Amino acid sequence: MTKKQKKIFQWSVAFAIAFAVCPNVHAMHIMEGYLPPSYCILWGVICIPFLVKGFFGMQKMTKNNRKSMTMLAMAGAFIFVLSALKIPSVTGSCSHMTGTGLGAILFGPGIVSILGIIVLLFQAILLAHGGLTTLGANTFSMAIAGPLVSYGIYHGLKKCNVNRKVSIFLAAAIGDLFTYCVTSIQLALAYPSAHGGVAKSAVQFLGVFAPTQLPLAILEGILTVMIMIALETYAKPELGAIGFKEAE
Amino acid sequence: MKKKNVKTMILLLIAAAAIIIIPLFALQGAEFGGSDDAGSQKIEEIQGKGYKPWFTPVFEKALHGEIPGEVESLLFCVQTGIGVGILAFQLGKMVERKKYEDRDDRR
Repeated sequence: MTKKQKKIFQWSVAFAIAFAVCPNVHAMHIMEGYLPPSYCILWGVICIPFLVKGFFGMQKMTKNNRKSMTMLAMAGAFIFVLSALKIPSVTGSCSHMTGTGLGAILFGPGIVSILGIIVLLFQAILLAHGGLTTLGANTFSMAIAGPLVSYGIYHGLKKCNVNRKVSIFLAAAIGDLFTYCVTSIQLALAYPSAHGGVAKSAVQFLGVFAPTQLPLAILEGILTVMIMIALETYAKPELGAIGFKEAE
Repeated sequence: MKKKNVKTMILLLIAAAAIIIIPLFALQGAEFGGSDDAGSQKIEEIQGKGYKPWFTPVFEKALHGEIPGEVESLLFCVQTGIGVGILAFQLGKMVERKKYEDRDDRR
């Protein structure tokens, strides 16, 4: 096989695997009233230090340079758009992206938690999507754990001199996937399986989320790379204002 | 924008569209249903009994029922609209700014 043919073959294998996953149900954020009160409080409390750090970080940044407001607004708007779009997935059901990868790459995990909670509040109050009682748990998975992973991956890969677009793609995609892993674990902790406990339950929930979310994670990676290309071309002053350094 | 980046952008756009469209055609007849009921089914499956949520969304409480489907899609559109509006406004401004800056540089 020539190199090109080999590549086509590899793609076809990847394609086949992606479609081999069986249709299944899934959920996006944890629904209102579906987490026992003690867990709602627990996750809420865990979020507080991140939110506090994010709030102060945001305050400091906007005080130092007003231009950073533009970037904050854009990162927030990106989350707004991506988390509103329900995308059909290979499993025959719909899910949506998180959009928090961009903010995590630009600002770090603290500030994103604020942007994320704004979106989650909007959806919980106006769309009956997610919920006020599960806000803590959803904030932790979407606005804290996912971005934390994105941030780590992006900076880790940058240190290893991986291609810039590849590292942005991987950071956003894996962060998105990780959000849903955390959601699975949160549900599993609250609803351990009768036989096999939390671990078995977690595997079950993961089986529901992961296949649906995988293509969406790739999509999120793609969109994040696109917006970053645009920002790096047109928004150099703003990127400078938030202390974001381009790797040459 | 650099020529190489334009090419990347186009390729990425095509890939993004493909990811969304392919499942629709590949899985004809699939429900592509919403999330909420499906998630609760899984909980019932693991628990082995019906689960009653202990709190209902505030909006639904105020409406004494679920948000009508069309209205819900309207609200999702509003959310998308807010986001796209901000992004497009800012990016548009930046693109114009760069255009003028480049022109000034050339003079």
